[in-house]
Amino acid sequence: MNEQVAESEGVQLDAAVGSVEQACQALREAFPGKVRPDEREGYEGVIVDADALVSAALLLRDELGFRYLSSVTGVDYANDGLLESVYHAYGAESGALVFKVQVDRGNPEVPSLVSVWPSANFQERESYDMYGIRYAGHPNLQRILTWEGFAGHPMRKDWREPYYEEDHKPFKTRHPDGGVFRAEDRTPFGRNVQYPPGFDPEKWEDTAQSSVYEGLMREVKEGGLQTECITINVGPQHPSTHGVLRVVVVLDGEEVVDLMPVLGYLHRNHEKIGERCTFPQIIPYTDRLDYVCSMSNGLGYVLAVEKLVGVQPPERAEYIRVIMAELTRIVNHLMAIGFLWNDVGAYFTPVIYAFNERELILDLFEMVSGSRMMCNYMRVGGVFEDLPTGWMEKAQALVFDRLPRFVDEFHRLLTENEIWRSRSMGVGILPAEQAVAMGATGPLLRASGVPYDIRRVEPYSIYDRFDFDVVVRHNADVYDRFLVRMEEMRQSLRILRQAMSQIPAGPVQTGKKNWTIKAPAGEVYHRIEAPKGELGFYLVSDGGSNPWRYHVRSTSMINLTPLAEMCRGHKVADVVVILGSIDITLGEVDR
Amino acid sequence: MYGLGILKGLSVTMKHFVNTYVDDIKWGFGKRYTPGVLPARQSAEARGVFTVQYPEEVLPPQERFRFVPFLVYEGTDEERQYRCTACGICAKACPPQCIWIVRAKDPETGKPLRRPAEFYVDIDICMNCGSCAEYCPFDALKMDHDFELADHDRAKHIYDLQQLGQPVEYYAKIRPTYYAAEQEAKAAKADRAAKAKAARREKK
Repeated sequence: MNEQVAESEGVQLDAAVGSVEQACQALREAFPGKVRPDEREGYEGVIVDADALVSAALLLRDELGFRYLSSVTGVDYANDGLLESVYHAYGAESGALVFKVQVDRGNPEVPSLVSVWPSANFQERESYDMYGIRYAGHPNLQRILTWEGFAGHPMRKDWREPYYEEDHKPFKTRHPDGGVFRAEDRTPFGRNVQYPPGFDPEKWEDTAQSSVYEGLMREVKEGGLQTECITINVGPQHPSTHGVLRVVVVLDGEEVVDLMPVLGYLHRNHEKIGERCTFPQIIPYTDRLDYVCSMSNGLGYVLAVEKLVGVQPPERAEYIRVIMAELTRIVNHLMAIGFLWNDVGAYFTPVIYAFNERELILDLFEMVSGSRMMCNYMRVGGVFEDLPTGWMEKAQALVFDRLPRFVDEFHRLLTENEIWRSRSMGVGILPAEQAVAMGATGPLLRASGVPYDIRRVEPYSIYDRFDFDVVVRHNADVYDRFLVRMEEMRQSLRILRQAMSQIPAGPVQTGKKNWTIKAPAGEVYHRIEAPKGELGFYLVSDGGSNPWRYHVRSTSMINLTPLAEMCRGHKVADVVVILGSIDITLGEVDR
Repeated sequence: MYGLGILKGLSVTMKHFVNTYVDDIKWGFGKRYTPGVLPARQSAEARGVFTVQYPEEVLPPQERFRFVPFLVYEGTDEERQYRCTACGICAKACPPQCIWIVRAKDPETGKPLRRPAEFYVDIDICMNCGSCAEYCPFDALKMDHDFELADHDRAKHIYDLQQLGQPVEYYAKIRPTYYAAEQEAKAAKADRAAKAKAARREKK
C-alpha cells in the first residue's frame, strides 16, 4: 500500500502562473479602472468592481491558475456605509489572492461566482444569510443557517441579539456593582423573538421547505413502468448523520436521484459571539467548533491572531503545538474511521477499539490542559502552561509503542474485510477536477488524487522541519478516503516521533499572557491543515481589542458541497456511508 | 480466498477477547476491580477490559482538571478571609461573562474596600475554560475538581460567596504542585522583602 503514497504522483492543480503580485498586476491590466489595489492600512489584494467580477474570476481561474477558491465571506463596514464580499483564491503552490467587491449597504448586490467556482455555493448563501448581500445568479439563494422567520441579517453591525447588553465584553454590569441576574429574567421567553416586517408566525407557510423539495431534481421517465420519485428526509434526528444534519433525498426506488443538505440546526452565531469578545476570549469558543479536534481549532485561531499582532511563540511552544495538533489528528481519524464503520453497519466494534486509544490521548490532553475535549490550551504567543511532569513519558509510551501497534492491528481488523470492500469500493466517486472546483479539502481531496496538504504547500508553525509524506490515493471513493486516513495516522505518528525527540527546553510563552490584546488595524487570513481539511480564520481588526470581523472558513460545511454529486446514482444506504466518509462535525458545519 | 479478510479481522477481536482473561490473571482476578488498580486499567499497558464502571467507579481527575471556579479562603469556616480583593479581572476576562462581583464598601466612609461583598458565578453559563483562575493575580480563584453538580433546581445554579468558598487546605489537596509552587514563590518574596528591610536598616 505504501508504494502508492508517493507525493509526486497524482493530478496536480495547475501551477499558478507567477506570483500573487503578478496576478494582481495582470488583473489590473486586463480590467483598467475596474480593479484597483486595496490601499487601506494592513489590507492586501485588490478591489474589483461588481460588474467586472465574473470575468475577472474567469481570468483568475483559467489563465492565472487560481483554481481553488478557499473562502467567500462578507464584512460590514457600517461606518463607511459599505458591505464587502471577500474572496480568497489559491493556485497550486501560490499564496492567497485576496479580492473584494464593495457594495452599498442599502442595496448590496454582487454577481455570484458559483458558475466559476462551485465551492462558493454554500459560502455565498451563508454570506447572504448573515449580511444580506444578494448574489445575483446564484442557483439557490436562500438562507442557510437561520430560518425564514428570522428578522434581519445577524452579522450586520446594527443587528442586536436578544439578551443584548453591550457591543463588547467585558460588560459593565459585572463589576464593581454586579447585581446578579439571569438573561431570561430581563427578557422573558417568548418576547425575545423578532420577526421580519409583515411576518406572522400563525399564518406562515413554510415555503422554504417546499422550495427545497421542489428544487430537487426529478427524473422524468419515458415509456415503461410509470413510477414516482419519493422525497425523504434523513435527519435532523438520525443516528447516521453525525449530529443534527438534515439531508433531503429524492429517491427513485432505492436509487438517489438528487439530494440536498439542509443546515443550521446547531447554529449559534459563533462569529457574532466572537466579535463581542476580546481576541483571547475567543479561544475557548473555538474549541466548540469542531469539538473532536479542539486543539487544532485553537491552533488555527491563535496563528491568525499572531499573524495580525506580530508575535512569535517560543521554540518549545511551537513543538508542543505541533505535538498537540498531530495527536488531535490521530483522535479525529480514529473517530472518523470508527463511525464510518458504524455507518456501514459494523455495530460499534471498530468504534470502541478506536475509542480505547482515543481515551488514552484524551488523558494526555486532560493532563496538559485540564480538559479532555474543550482543551482551551493554545494562547496568543504560546500555550497555556508547560507540559506537566511525567507527561512526556506517558506520551512517548503511546507514540513510540502502543499507537503504531494499534494502527497495524486496526489495519488487520478492517482493511481487507470483504463486506467493507464491497460497500465502499467505487462508492461516492469524486473526481479530482470536481473536488478542487467544489472546495473539498483534507482527506477528501487527497483521496481524489490531489496531493494538496497545507502543512506542505504553505507550512505554518514549524511543519517545514519534519519529514512526512502527503498521503494520496487515486480512486476517489469511500475506500480510498478510509485508507488515506489510516495512512495519515502513521504519518502523524512519524511527525510526533520527530517532534518528541527534538523538543527543546525553554519558556512556553512570549511576553505576558493577558486576557485582552490590542491588535493593529488590518485584515488577516490564516488557514491550517486541520484533521478534517482546511480550516481558515479571517480576522479584521479596527485597531481595538476585539475583532471587527471574525470569520471561520468551516471545513465541514464546505466539504458538504460535493455530497449531492457523490451520492447521485447510488443506493440510499450509501448516502450515510458517503456522508461518513466526508467526516463532518455539526458544531463546525452550523457554527 | 473470499472471506479471508473477515477471518483476519475476527482474529483481532478474538485476541482481544482472550486478552481480557490474560489480563485478569495478570492482575490476580479481583484485584482489577479495586479502586487502586483503576488507573492501570485505562493505561497504555492495558490489554484487556478498558471500561470504568462510572458512577460506581470513578477515575481520579488530573491535577489540572478544571470545573467551575471556587474562591480560596484562609482561616476557619466561621471567619473566612478570602484571598479575593474584588479587583474584577476574573469578571472581565470571563468569556461568557458569568461572574458578578459587588465590591465591599466601608460602612462609615463609603470607600471601596479590597474584598468582595458579594460574588456570584452562574454555573449554567460557566464553560469551565479556566480563564478566571488563569488571570487572577492574587491566586484567589481556582478551578475545582468536583464535576458532579447536577441538580433538580436551576435556581440553585447561581453560586454565591458562601457556596463558592473553599478553605486553602482543600486547594492544597486537589492541586498540590501548584500550591507548593505558590508557597515557594511566597516564601521567596517574603525572604527578599526581609532582606531588603534589613539592608535598609543597615544603611540607616
